Amino acid sequence: MLNRVWRMIIKEFVQLKRDRYARFVLIVPPILQMLIYGYAATFEVNHVKIAVIDYDHSQESRDLLSRFTFTGRFEAAKILNNERELKSLIGESDIPLALKIGPGFAEALRKGETAHLQVIVDGSNSNTALIAVGYVNQIANQFSQDYARNRLNQVMPAMVANVPQIDLAPRPWYNPDLNSQWFFVPGVIGSITLILVVNITAFAIVREREIGTLEQIMVTPIRPFELILGKTIPFFLVGLADVVLVAVVGTLWFQVPFLGNPLVLLLGVTLFLLSTLGVGLLISTLCSTQQQAFASGFFFLNPAFILSGFAFPITSMPRAMQMLTYLNPLRYFLVILRGTFLKGVGLNVLWPQMTALAALTFVLLVVSVARFRKSID
Amino acid sequence: MTEEIVQVSGLTKCFGGLKAIDNLSFTAQKGEILGLVGPDGAGKTTTLRVLAGVLAADSGSVLLGGQDVLRNPEAIKSLISYMPQQFGLYEDLTVAENIRFYADIFEVSHAARQQREQQLLEASGMSRFRGRLAGQLSGGMKRKLGIACALIHTPQLLLLDEPTTGVDPVSRRELWSILYSLVFEGVSVLVSTAYLDEAERCHRLLLMYKGRRLFFGTPTELKSMLPGAVLSISSPNPEVLRSIVVGEQGVLSAMAMGDTVHVVVDDADLRSTQLRARFEQSRVPFGELRRTTASVEDVFVYAISRQRTQIGT
Repeated sequence: MLNRVWRMIIKEFVQLKRDRYARFVLIVPPILQMLIYGYAATFEVNHVKIAVIDYDHSQESRDLLSRFTFTGRFEAAKILNNERELKSLIGESDIPLALKIGPGFAEALRKGETAHLQVIVDGSNSNTALIAVGYVNQIANQFSQDYARNRLNQVMPAMVANVPQIDLAPRPWYNPDLNSQWFFVPGVIGSITLILVVNITAFAIVREREIGTLEQIMVTPIRPFELILGKTIPFFLVGLADVVLVAVVGTLWFQVPFLGNPLVLLLGVTLFLLSTLGVGLLISTLCSTQQQAFASGFFFLNPAFILSGFAFPITSMPRAMQMLTYLNPLRYFLVILRGTFLKGVGLNVLWPQMTALAALTFVLLVVSVARFRKSID
Repeated sequence: MTEEIVQVSGLTKCFGGLKAIDNLSFTAQKGEILGLVGPDGAGKTTTLRVLAGVLAADSGSVLLGGQDVLRNPEAIKSLISYMPQQFGLYEDLTVAENIRFYADIFEVSHAARQQREQQLLEASGMSRFRGRLAGQLSGGMKRKLGIACALIHTPQLLLLDEPTTGVDPVSRRELWSILYSLVFEGVSVLVSTAYLDEAERCHRLLLMYKGRRLFFGTPTELKSMLPGAVLSISSPNPEVLRSIVVGEQGVLSAMAMGDTVHVVVDDADLRSTQLRARFEQSRVPFGELRRTTASVEDVFVYAISRQRTQIGT
């Protein structure tokens, strides 16, 4: 019996060894994706091009505007002379943001009145717009605070020390520099494994169905669970190898720390891989061609990716969507990944995720194995 | 006393409202080749699949070597081998690896496998190709490799679904000589075929039409069913000639075969004269007109056309 399972595993690896495309798919895209996420995926907004209209031409207006370019977040790309130019600029060029300082800006400030800084922003990229406006807000606030203190200093130097103010002291634990790479790299391990293992498992089984070997094997004395083991163990091992590969590239190349216990991570990886095998098996029972498997895989993977907390915070999702995330193995695995990599926490903290993942995996495997057995009977 | 390795009785299988197998009964003896013959859609493949245990039947019973397939499909799996029309070979594995894989799945011992593999590859003339990928074999060689894989565990019953369809004549002959050598070893073979000339090579025939049994017996018995005689008429335009002949009195069935038309008639001498006169009268060109011995094909066409007129399709 074990002999038969063993033989199927060997066969799978011989096929893998011969299949140049499969070897490529298992090695190059995961590394490439890790590099792409590591370098390109960031929530920070830097070097935003801005256009500037300054009707005031005062020292104050120049001071405010220079603060924008000083941080490196913004780049003064264009100085405009009137608003007519502005209309065609936003939306037609690559400049998403314009600042307009009207006449009387400095005068209002000197009188102690409210001065206006108008911000025009291209909202079609709402993410960049939101973050950039946030920065603008920060810079403008800092300017008005500094200006107020300066004025006070000139009028009543003694009072400056008594102005109440809040000093914000951010101390981000586990990622002191709020480095996006640290956030993304552990997550990428989860998303790459999910895509890879679901696809190769579903494809490998559907391919056998397509070429007729599945029916051929069914008329042999092999038992269904031997067939299932023979088809899933190889992809479990391949998935494990890919997790190690991507994790090594992530920690060595991007210097993301791994503070936790590797055994805790291994437990999480094992549970997660089993759940992805379950999904792959399930997809294979719903499809009779590889095209269908591709479409079904896509249908599952994209929502799984979005509803996982990989990039979009689950707490910001509507209630119904949040409920859906509880059915997503990636959701739990991401917590386990970030917990072991960045926080170095163990089972005493991660047990709820581990338990949920184990339960989900169990249900997935039971359903998919039952369906698979029915599909070959 | 001969032992019956296959006993099928009252077998019925429906797909939706369509009866793919309709109350079918037949037997096969140990060491014989039983041919399943019938037009496309007759239910040959469905019958083989039910016998192989991959398809459940609606009613009836199937005993293979005394074991009930419908009740316990697992029990017969080491006893039989089933080769579908498209045998599932791993095209990215070599000839030897494919054989090895099936040998291991059937738990054939190492020594037995080596001996059997050599024997099978030699018999099919494939010893030279052991290391070649299955995907790089010709169509005929793939079939032969399929049979080799199917035979690696020395089954007692081999179920073959149209093994010679799309295979060149030389490979077809080789396949049949492999089947005969199997029978010599005591293996029983159930083979479906769409080639009627191959039907004559079988020990017994099961003629199927629309899921039903039209005839069951030896090829000789089948031919003796034919009333009257067969006339062979050569013609430059067989199809036109056939359409003229069909309506004539005493003509039971007619079919175009290459550049001749085979006509089943009730009386050879009477109808020869009658047909000659008919052709000359309507100036239909024709060549030789002679009596010929009935082939399975003639009987088959006769039986089917009779069936059609009876059930009005």
